[in-house]
Amino acid sequence: MAIIADENTKAVVQGITGYQGSFHTERMLKFGTKIVAGVTPGKAGEKVHGVPVFNTVREAVEETKANASVIFVPPAFAADAVFEAIEGGIKVVVCITEGIPVHDELKMYWKAKQNDVILIGPNCPGVMSPGKSHLGIMPADIFKQGNVGIVSRSGTLTYQIAYNISNLGLGQSTVVGIGGDRIIGSDFIDILKMYEKDDQTEIIVLVGEIGGTDEENAAEFIASEISKPVVGYIAGITAPPGKRMGHAGAIIEGGKGTAESKIKALENADVKVGKTPMEVAEIVKSLLK
Amino acid sequence: MKLYEHQAKQVFSKHGIRVPQGKVAHSPAEVAEIAEKLPGDEVVLKSQVLVGGRGKAGGIAIVKKSEAAEKSKDLFGMEIKGLKVEKLLVEEKLDIQKEMYVGMTLDRENKGIVLLASSVGGMDIEEIAAKHPDKIGRKTVNPVWGLWDYQVRELLYDAGIPKEYFRDVFGIVKRLYSIFVRYEAELTEINPLVVTPTGVYAADGRLNIDDNALYRQKEVAEFKEYAGSELEKEAESKGINYVKLEGNIGVIANGAGMSMATMDLIYLEGGKPANFLDIGGGASADLVKASIDLITRDPSVKVIFVNIFGGITRCDVVAEGLVKAFSEIEMQLPVVLRLAGTNEEEGRRIIEEYMEKNPNKLVLVKTMEEGAKKAVELGGG
Repeated sequence: MAIIADENTKAVVQGITGYQGSFHTERMLKFGTKIVAGVTPGKAGEKVHGVPVFNTVREAVEETKANASVIFVPPAFAADAVFEAIEGGIKVVVCITEGIPVHDELKMYWKAKQNDVILIGPNCPGVMSPGKSHLGIMPADIFKQGNVGIVSRSGTLTYQIAYNISNLGLGQSTVVGIGGDRIIGSDFIDILKMYEKDDQTEIIVLVGEIGGTDEENAAEFIASEISKPVVGYIAGITAPPGKRMGHAGAIIEGGKGTAESKIKALENADVKVGKTPMEVAEIVKSLLK
Repeated sequence: MKLYEHQAKQVFSKHGIRVPQGKVAHSPAEVAEIAEKLPGDEVVLKSQVLVGGRGKAGGIAIVKKSEAAEKSKDLFGMEIKGLKVEKLLVEEKLDIQKEMYVGMTLDRENKGIVLLASSVGGMDIEEIAAKHPDKIGRKTVNPVWGLWDYQVRELLYDAGIPKEYFRDVFGIVKRLYSIFVRYEAELTEINPLVVTPTGVYAADGRLNIDDNALYRQKEVAEFKEYAGSELEKEAESKGINYVKLEGNIGVIANGAGMSMATMDLIYLEGGKPANFLDIGGGASADLVKASIDLITRDPSVKVIFVNIFGGITRCDVVAEGLVKAFSEIEMQLPVVLRLAGTNEEEGRRIIEEYMEKNPNKLVLVKTMEEGAKKAVELGGG
C-alpha cells in the first residue's frame, strides 16, 4: 500500500518554472511520479518538461484532477502557496521550501489541520514510495521497494539510512522527511499512525535529532499505540548545548531536547537505537529475519 | 536574531510598555553626559551583551551620578562569557518594590505561542519554575484565533499577580503579545517586570526575532549585528551555518542532521570535530569553496572531512566547488571526501580527473563510517 503517496497520486508542482522546481520535476517524472500540472502565476500555457503550466492551483486541479502538490516557491511566498493548494482542493501538500518565517508556519499548520489536509514539511525532502510515487527531492536511485517505513526530521541523513537499508537487500514502503523546522505540518506521531495501519510496512525507522520534544512524545506514543517494531537514530549526541546547529529545529536549550533524553525515551519504549546510520540498517535487518 | 536590551526596550516603549529613562553610551564621556540628565542621585550602568547572567558576571553597576564615568571605565572592555562590552545602557535607578515576570515564546508541541507569567521575577525562568512552580502561570495561545482577554486573566490568576497591579500587568501582557506577533518574535521576555511608586516598568527586556522573517521586519532588521567569533561572523554573512568547536577535524556536510551525524561518528572513532558546518540544501560551487576557505583559516584544523549525500545538493556542483577551492586556496591540509547521491558519478569523475592532474592529499572514501575513521587517523586522534 505505502503511505501518503502511491500509484493514485497525481501531483501539481508549484513553482515549476523556477530552477529547483524545474530540475526536480524532471527527476520526479523520470522516476515515474504522475506530475500532471505545474503552477506559476503568469506563466499559464507554457510547458516544463512536457508538463502544462497553469496560473492557479484551482485551474490546475479543475483541468487535471491533481490530488497532491509539491511546493518549490521561495520562502516569502511559500505560505501563500500552501494556502492556495489547500483552498484549491489538494489533499497532500509537500512543502520543500527552506527558510519560511515561523509565524507563517504556524498558520500553515492550522490551515492544513482545519481542512484535513496532510501537510509534509516545510524544509523537508518530501515523500518517497519506491516503485510508486515520489513527491520531493530525494535521490531516487538509492531506494528499493520493500517493507521498511522511514520517518525522519533530517534530509540527507534519511538518504544515508535508506541507502544502507537498500544495500543490505531490503527496501522501503515509504520514506517521509517531515522536515527540520520547529513548526512542521506532520510530526512523528502523525506518520507513525499511518505506518501502523499500512499493510506493506512491517518495521519502522525513526530518525530524529536534538531540539524540541517530538522524539520523546513519539516514544510515548510508540509504547502504547504501535505494535510494529521500531528502530531509532538520533543525531547530535556531540552537539554543544545552546548552539544552533543549522536547522532552526536543531538547538538544545536548558538541557531539554538533548540526544540523551531522546535516546533514553526511545529505549524505554522498546525502540532499538543505532549508534551509526550503518548500525540502524543492521538492526533493521536482524529484526526482519 | 537577538536584540540588545536597549533595542528591545526601544520597541517596548514604542508600543506603550513603560521602561526606565536611559540611553546607550559608547564611552565614559557619554556615560557622564547621559547620567547628568537622568533623575535621582544614582544611575544604573548595564553592559549590553547578548548573553544571560550579566549581573552575576559583574556587568551591571549601580553608581552615584558623579562616579558613573569613572565606574564605566571598568565595564567598558570587560568580557562577559567571551563577549566584549562595547556599549552601556545608562538608566535612571528605579525605586523597586516588587519584581515579577512575563514572557512568551513558540510552543512547538502545541503549534502555538506559550505565555508565561510569575509573581516572582528577577531570576531565570527555569529557576523560578523549579523553585516556585505554583507561582507560574502558563497559557498556550492559538496563533490563528489570537489572544483573548480571558486567557490573560487566567494566566495572571494562575501566576498569582496581586490585585493592585493586575490591571497594569494585564495591559503589558496584551501589548507584549502584539509585539510578539507584529515583530515575528521567537521569544520576548520582561524579567524583572517591576513595581515602583510610579507604576509598573520593564526593567529588562529580551526580544528575539525569527531570522527567516527579517526580510520583512525592516525596522528591527536594521539592528542586525553579527555575533560570535570572527570566523562565525564571516560564515553568517556568507550564509554558511558554522559553529566553532574544540577539536581538530574540520567538518563540511550538507544538512544539519547529516552534519551532526558526521560529528557524532568522529567522536565514536575517538576524534573531535573542529566545527559544525552545514552547507545546506542546493549549495553552489562558490559556497563550497567559501566553506573550505573558512575552515582552512582555523589554525586548530588538521584534516578536513567533507561528507556529502546529495538530494537537492548535487555532487557534481560540490565537486566543482572543491576543485575551485583546491586550485585557488593554498592549503596543506589533507581532505577526506565522501560523495554519494544526486549526480554522484559526475562528482566523482570531476574529483578523479582533478586528482590525476594534481596529486594532493585527497582521499576519496565510499562510506561516512570509513570517512570518519580515515579523518581521525589523519588528524592524529
